[in-house]
Amino acid sequence: MNSSALPTVSRPGFLARRRRAYYIFAVPALFVVGAVIIFPWLFTVWMSAFDWRIGSVAHFVGLENYVKLATNQRFLESIVHTFYFTLLAVIFPLILGTAAALIFHREFPFRGVLRGVFTMPMMATPVAVALVWTMMFHPQQGVLNYLLSLIGLPPSLWVYSQTLVIPSLVLVEVWHWTPLVMLIVLGGLAALPTEPYESAKLDGATEWQLFRYITLPLLAPFLIVAAVIRTIDALKAFDTIYVISQGGPGTASETINLYLYLQAFAFYNVGNASAVVVVFFVIILALALVLLHVREKTKWV
Amino acid sequence: MARPTHQDHPDALRRRLLGASAGAVFLGALPGASLGQAPGSGAFDWKRFKGEKIEIFLVKSPRGDLLTKFHKEFEDLTGISVGSEMVPEQQQRQKAVIEFNSGNPSFDVIALSYHVQKRQFAKNNWLTDLRPMIADKSLADPALDFADFAQGGLNYAVEPDGRVNSLPLNLDPWVVYYNKELFDAKGIAFPKTFAEMQDAAARLTDSGKGVAGFVARGLKNANVPVWTSFLLGYGGSFIDGKGKLLTDSSEAIDAGKMYQVMLGKYGPPGVAGFNWNESQSLFLQGKAAMWLDGIGFAQPLEDPTKSRVVGKVGYGVMPAGPKRQVSALFGDGEGISTYSKKKGPAWFYLQWASNKMNQTRMLQAAAGAPVRNSAYAAAQSSSDFKAPKQWVECMLTSARIAQPGLPVISPVTEFRDVFGVALTNMINGADPAAELKKATADFQPVLDKSEKA
Repeated sequence: MNSSALPTVSRPGFLARRRRAYYIFAVPALFVVGAVIIFPWLFTVWMSAFDWRIGSVAHFVGLENYVKLATNQRFLESIVHTFYFTLLAVIFPLILGTAAALIFHREFPFRGVLRGVFTMPMMATPVAVALVWTMMFHPQQGVLNYLLSLIGLPPSLWVYSQTLVIPSLVLVEVWHWTPLVMLIVLGGLAALPTEPYESAKLDGATEWQLFRYITLPLLAPFLIVAAVIRTIDALKAFDTIYVISQGGPGTASETINLYLYLQAFAFYNVGNASAVVVVFFVIILALALVLLHVREKTKWV
Repeated sequence: MARPTHQDHPDALRRRLLGASAGAVFLGALPGASLGQAPGSGAFDWKRFKGEKIEIFLVKSPRGDLLTKFHKEFEDLTGISVGSEMVPEQQQRQKAVIEFNSGNPSFDVIALSYHVQKRQFAKNNWLTDLRPMIADKSLADPALDFADFAQGGLNYAVEPDGRVNSLPLNLDPWVVYYNKELFDAKGIAFPKTFAEMQDAAARLTDSGKGVAGFVARGLKNANVPVWTSFLLGYGGSFIDGKGKLLTDSSEAIDAGKMYQVMLGKYGPPGVAGFNWNESQSLFLQGKAAMWLDGIGFAQPLEDPTKSRVVGKVGYGVMPAGPKRQVSALFGDGEGISTYSKKKGPAWFYLQWASNKMNQTRMLQAAAGAPVRNSAYAAAQSSSDFKAPKQWVECMLTSARIAQPGLPVISPVTEFRDVFGVALTNMINGADPAAELKKATADFQPVLDKSEKA
């Protein structure tokens, strides 16, 4: 902790001593950050340079794990799946959550009770939710296909089809997390000023114009917050997918998280798994920077 | 056969085990004939390790629950106190690897599933060779009686170099559940060969009524035993003596084609995502004519609160392939950690856990299919034993023709994953030969590395 800058301080006076005292206060925080963030992180990077399976001897291989990942069809597909899933699992809750918030923002009978009911999915445990949905998705016995048959539609394969599995998983995600977006947007709506609406109405604005040119721009910061939270959640989604499809059929819904779990905890392939983590981290970092940039800009909408 | 033994037939596992137990039990040991001694009776000194304490590491399952429930009995019998931990299967496998790697595991006895952990544990020398203790008359209860153990279980317990690392407890041969009502309606007899099986599936499939002629696992990883069931019948095997995969041989490809037809053509829509539970629920509703899976599902099938096919279920032995009739076998047992400082008491625990009484209880509670042949007779004689007679016959016949359903290798999970993806692709129309070629090429380096390291 002894700063190398200290010897160059020419006036050993009150200020220098006080500056040194500052550093001491930072030690606990630095220690915690170092122990739980920086050290594991550096260790992961270090491990990613080894060919190491638990139970065997580790060999240093440098960047070989990364080179292999770059040509690994399955890993590259898992990145595509992750983005596809994330995109859908952000957009739909955002649209539906905003719509729900606009509805619940109006006055109508039993509004409080209904709002409570609407937020209930959020309180359920993801694994329990996933198990229930798995049963509902069953192509022969599932209630979803029964409901489709009631309105005369042909049965769907839902998560049992390679093309429908990701949209079906997103359906669970939408059911589960739309209420969260609604709560955030509802908070935003409550904070909006009423004056712009009054003057716009005097000018003869339609409902749609009110929404498009007043509500939406004023809500933008809240929507961005909701989008950021949803993006983080969707990127780290694991439990729902693991329980419902295990990344299948085949590898059709294998996201980076599932691929990572397999490598690390089923195949004990720690070196390769660490490389996956590092790549995933870079992707998340890039995405976070983009979102932060967007957020900066929306302040001026 | 790395180590020459004194018997005339060194390749007979049963003989070798019998030799180890001094041949004492060989003569009177027909299944069901030697009832053995009730624990505690006779000259054997169970109290030898009185006052010791051992730790048991089990898998959370009906079998784990059952043993744990009766630990008190072991404590009373031996004066050894038992601490036990039970965790779900996946976590148990992970924790075992981590604990053994630490060189100081917290347990003395560990449950292992042979198809996943046998090679891993043996290669790393994580388990104690039981042979010296089996041979030591002061340590081995005369009622241990290896002649009573089904051959498939003994195959699992013995390593290629002759080491005996565990005692088997539970066998899970794969069988064909069939819906007698659907079979009778079309006047079809239960198939005896693969060709008849395909033919029956074709005739029983009725998509208008939502009936699938055949159902089994299509979900990757879980689906591999379905294909290996076919592979074994076609006379194929997994690996040759030099460690080269045989999974793209013509037998393997034939098995792949059969898998593709049985599931893709006669299976229900969406079968590519089916694990055993989806298959079970379809069969329970009477919407599948045949279901190939492990033998452990009699209880839900005969439970009127869950099943619409109570009393209509036939329990069929896996039909014969063009070359052989084989039932793919899985199983689990218990071994002693090589790091344990209490191997004597731990060995006592193993003997108690696999004794006839516990094996009979396992069957009565429908918690598994015991390795001891005598347990079947014992359980059937009790009035509250509900499993149908045909189930018991099917079990005994299957156990006789059983062979390991997965290769005995360390990276078995990765094997299942790689070939599982190939199989799922086949259901969706991919060419079996091309898929198996690719999977074999992908997996060979993984296997080479695992045996080299």
